[in-house]
Amino acid sequence: MGRALARLMAARGDRLFLLGRDPKELERSAADLGARAAAPVPSCARCDLEDPASFAAALDAAEQALGALDAVVVTAGMFATQERLEQDAELARRLLVVNFSHTVAFCEEARRRLLAAGGGTLCVFSSVAGERGRKPVVLYGAAKAGLSRYLEGLDHRFRAAGLRTVCVKPGFVRTSMTDGLKQPPFAGEPEAVARRVLGAIDRGQPEVYAPGVWRFVMLAVRALPRAVMRRVGF
Amino acid sequence: MAAMLSGWGRVGVPGREVRSEDLRAITRSAVLTRGLGRSYGDSSLPPPGESWVAATPLADRILGFDAAPGVLRAESGLSLGTLNRLLLPRGFYAPVTPGTQQITLGGMVAADVHGKNHHRSGCIGSHVHSLLVQVADGRVVRCSPDEERDLFRATVGGMGLTGHVLEVEVRLERVPSAWILRETERVPDIDAFVAALKRAGPSWPHTMGWIDCVSGGTRLGRGILMRGRWAEPREAPPGLPRPLLRPALPFVFPGFVLNPVTVRVFNELYFRAHPRGVRRGVVHPEAFFYPLDAVGHWNRMYGPRGFTQYQCVLPDEAGPGAARRLLTTLTGLGGASMLCVIKDCGDEGAGLLSFPKRGISIAIDMPIRDRTQAVVDALNAQVIAEGGRVYLAKDQFTRPEDFRRMEPRLPEWQRIRREWDPDARLRSAQSVRVLGDAP
Repeated sequence: MGRALARLMAARGDRLFLLGRDPKELERSAADLGARAAAPVPSCARCDLEDPASFAAALDAAEQALGALDAVVVTAGMFATQERLEQDAELARRLLVVNFSHTVAFCEEARRRLLAAGGGTLCVFSSVAGERGRKPVVLYGAAKAGLSRYLEGLDHRFRAAGLRTVCVKPGFVRTSMTDGLKQPPFAGEPEAVARRVLGAIDRGQPEVYAPGVWRFVMLAVRALPRAVMRRVGF
Repeated sequence: MAAMLSGWGRVGVPGREVRSEDLRAITRSAVLTRGLGRSYGDSSLPPPGESWVAATPLADRILGFDAAPGVLRAESGLSLGTLNRLLLPRGFYAPVTPGTQQITLGGMVAADVHGKNHHRSGCIGSHVHSLLVQVADGRVVRCSPDEERDLFRATVGGMGLTGHVLEVEVRLERVPSAWILRETERVPDIDAFVAALKRAGPSWPHTMGWIDCVSGGTRLGRGILMRGRWAEPREAPPGLPRPLLRPALPFVFPGFVLNPVTVRVFNELYFRAHPRGVRRGVVHPEAFFYPLDAVGHWNRMYGPRGFTQYQCVLPDEAGPGAARRLLTTLTGLGGASMLCVIKDCGDEGAGLLSFPKRGISIAIDMPIRDRTQAVVDALNAQVIAEGGRVYLAKDQFTRPEDFRRMEPRLPEWQRIRREWDPDARLRSAQSVRVLGDAP
């Protein structure tokens, strides 16, 4: 989804700076964005959500390359099935740290810079998995619930100061993360999600479900009584 | 119920595809890689006993484009549609394109696809500078006409059986405008058609024809001839063509929708809709190259049992009557359907299993019925007698002994394949069926 969003932004002429774990992969992604947009190849820097020490340097490099930041988009995160996480305590710990603590730490770093520059947009990919406690996503969903709540609070606290927080809640989207999982109804494509997210970033919409139909799916899921949630499989 | 995977002909086998942006991570343990699954038969399906194949569409990054020579390097999952959409505004187009753009670069190489311009431009393999291939033992090897030449010749048209194609470097065609100048014309019968294609070849880069495979007698093989070239700037409308709308067939038609009567009516109307004389105009390249892409999921038209496409090439040595003989056999068997396409082919390319050779190619869509195997067997017998062969990217029914008779280059291809994959670890449902691989 991050790739699809970056392609849309590059295509309309936005100047980008890429952050990610593997410098070689980043260079290939940067080449792709440059070639698709017939524009200069974006620069990139290493940044790993498992390594909080990398955050400040990566954002410094981005600020230096672009002059100033007006939006920071966070699409990174870990995923594993509930079964795997139950069997592997270390993996579960890593996932909780990456998807919550370190993502929040990265957002704090970005938030300070955006506010110092007079405001901007912080767009972070959370998940519909954080909306209710559910059997297949107990741990993953808990981390995403925490992240969504943090972003909501951030929006309330700093919107007046110029920080526009966008919390993206993707439903089931056909990406490599969900490859092999059973597809529910209303599964979406990354390109459609990217278009919706870009609209939300432009408008500064604090919360966006993507694909859009998931807003209504989750409205229904949130309304289900606990006794029903306990019985159903999802 | 177990998940099913099928090609474009919608005949499924148990199995699924695994997608990832990180292609190497999934190809390491895969026995086969597929692209968008547009080959018609079983080329992109797992062999019996294997539950999955790797799929490339998420690995679609462009790694470099140098406009001066027009050379593009990209991951193998890049779709032809994306390539054309991005590069037509910059004055480039795929040098060779088959009848759909819902395919990937890797799939184009694996099938060594050809297009309406085969008589002039050959297959896609003739425009490929180099490939990055992950071979059976996990090594990643660069091959080209100069480097690891044998692997290159066996991989171009090798149906993914010599290695997983990870990256493709290909030279694109520089085009004078973003529009196609097209001429169409009615042709009264098959012999006139073969002659008209040969006549148009030297002056038109793109030629093909639709033929009526239902009518017999003096109307046998009548149809519409189409020829085209990129329009010169002064002939082209200002601006770029806009992407065309693509409505889709929303559900699978019941099997009875296509029957001898509806097919005959369709063929009659299609022929009569074209006025006598030559019609000339400037058209959208997508309308010219990909008329069938205009309807999404058109393969649903053929009903729940799916369909197959029989495509063969009849060499020039067989004489100008070969096409007539094949159509006579076909109408006698009553196997034909709405869509029969004829075109002429130029010389054989470098790919050792590449389909085209100098002659006339005929492609026939057939809804699958109980007697489809018998129809294909009968057509194959005739194609063998004429010295022709069939196209693996379409095939679903050819028997291994028939394929061996059609393909004198097969032992050479097998020898190279054994060098890189002694145990034939990489294989497909098709390679087990046609090439005798162990399941």
